[in-house]
Amino acid sequence: MSVVLFWFFSIVAVASAAAVFIVNSMARASYALALSFIAVGAIIVQLELDYIGVITILMMVMEMAIMAVFMVMYMGMNPALMPMDMRHNKHRSAIIAVFVFVLLAAGALLIPWPERMGVPAANVTASLGESLMGSKMLVMLVISPVLFATIIASLVLANPRGRYDRRGDNLDRRGADGRSEPEDPIRGGLGR
Amino acid sequence: MDSVNGAVWVLVLPFALAAVALLAAAANAALDGRTRGVSTTSGWVAPLQESARLLRQQRRTLPGADSLLWRIGGAGLVVAAVLKVLVVPFGGFTFADLSVGLVWFNAMDVLLWALWWLLGWGANSAWSLVGGYRFLAQALSYELPLMFALTAPAIGAGSLRLLDIQDAQSGLWFVVWMPVAFLVFAASVVAFSSWGPFQTATGRDAAGGVIGELSGVDRLVVLAGRYMILVAGAAFSVPLFFGGGSGPWLPAGVWVVIKTLAVVALLLTVRRLFPTLRPERLAEVALVLIMPLVLVQVAVAAVIVVVNGGAL
Repeated sequence: MSVVLFWFFSIVAVASAAAVFIVNSMARASYALALSFIAVGAIIVQLELDYIGVITILMMVMEMAIMAVFMVMYMGMNPALMPMDMRHNKHRSAIIAVFVFVLLAAGALLIPWPERMGVPAANVTASLGESLMGSKMLVMLVISPVLFATIIASLVLANPRGRYDRRGDNLDRRGADGRSEPEDPIRGGLGR
Repeated sequence: MDSVNGAVWVLVLPFALAAVALLAAAANAALDGRTRGVSTTSGWVAPLQESARLLRQQRRTLPGADSLLWRIGGAGLVVAAVLKVLVVPFGGFTFADLSVGLVWFNAMDVLLWALWWLLGWGANSAWSLVGGYRFLAQALSYELPLMFALTAPAIGAGSLRLLDIQDAQSGLWFVVWMPVAFLVFAASVVAFSSWGPFQTATGRDAAGGVIGELSGVDRLVVLAGRYMILVAGAAFSVPLFFGGGSGPWLPAGVWVVIKTLAVVALLLTVRRLFPTLRPERLAEVALVLIMPLVLVQVAVAAVIVVVNGGAL
């Protein structure tokens, strides 16, 4: 049963990954990729890494949904909504794809895989949390602010009616009619 | 419960969920009807009449519609609702006893991001697409508070398994010492169902948004799926905040259904107190006001668990 499921999810993962480059719509490509990741997440659950598997599905579906927002934000409406070829720079990307595939497949088949030495922890989710929050805490503490700053910076750059646009680079521009605040076409829900 | 019995119940589950969703839709229509002066009876039967009408209606598709993605988006709402209820414990029985049931629910509600957007995309109509993007804009506001609200019961029980979370409330229901988490969760359930004050994705000001171009059985599936998601979210609040199947005299499974109906009734009532909230306004409310509140809630829960050595 688990072998059948493994092959099912593997075929879904590979087939939908191939579909990403065959379909001619951005939406279909995005969600074919999401389906591929969902199948990979299911395989991870089969490895009894429940938390990582489910969180993979969660993150990847969310990522594809967010990508739909960025798709329109950065590309403009036309190329995102029109049928388009999903393959670019075809010859070189084909060469790279074949090379990487041969490398990974040869590695997977030719490496003398070691026998399992230890046994998995009783509660893998808890031990994952402990290793992330314990000895790797410093790495997490360094990475998180960097990632967060990147997100904020990209939003500030992309948002045309953000407060840097309204109030100037130093946030000190005043309203045209002498009011203390510049005009804001869309006020936030807290009335600021 | 043995596996044969479980297999039978799993076949019953989608229909039971649809029946409760129909009940919720009927109650909502009755309340709506009363405010417009329509008789209560015709309010109660309104969803059935609408279903019959939609079943007879011809399916309409715009040229250039991406029917595959459109239909996936519609049917997916029903599937996601059923998948959410799979991990809800009915007393000691649960369809799928996942060790990470809470994360499973979270993954399914993120799936709704994709499904609502696909509904908006597939129709090949500008207003539908506007609705799809409205839902994503709203989702960005409710999802983070929702994730932290889900964290609170997990901290209280020290587990992500729903059975453990339910059993940890034998002393005191989590809703008593995690009221903020419950309110945020309930509001998020309404938001991911795109219903009530959070229905701008399907709003009349956008010509119906994601449901604007739907007709016939497609429309019926989406309208039903929306109420099924609402009911599934209400059902999930029972093991999280209301002690699961605990209660006197009746079997645990019955108590779960009763509590679910009570939460649905609460949502139907409270919905009428709030105006529709636009996503761009919700962003500031959710991230400036709600996020700190729910973080304080999580911190309070964590301190209580550490001081008390477990759930209250």
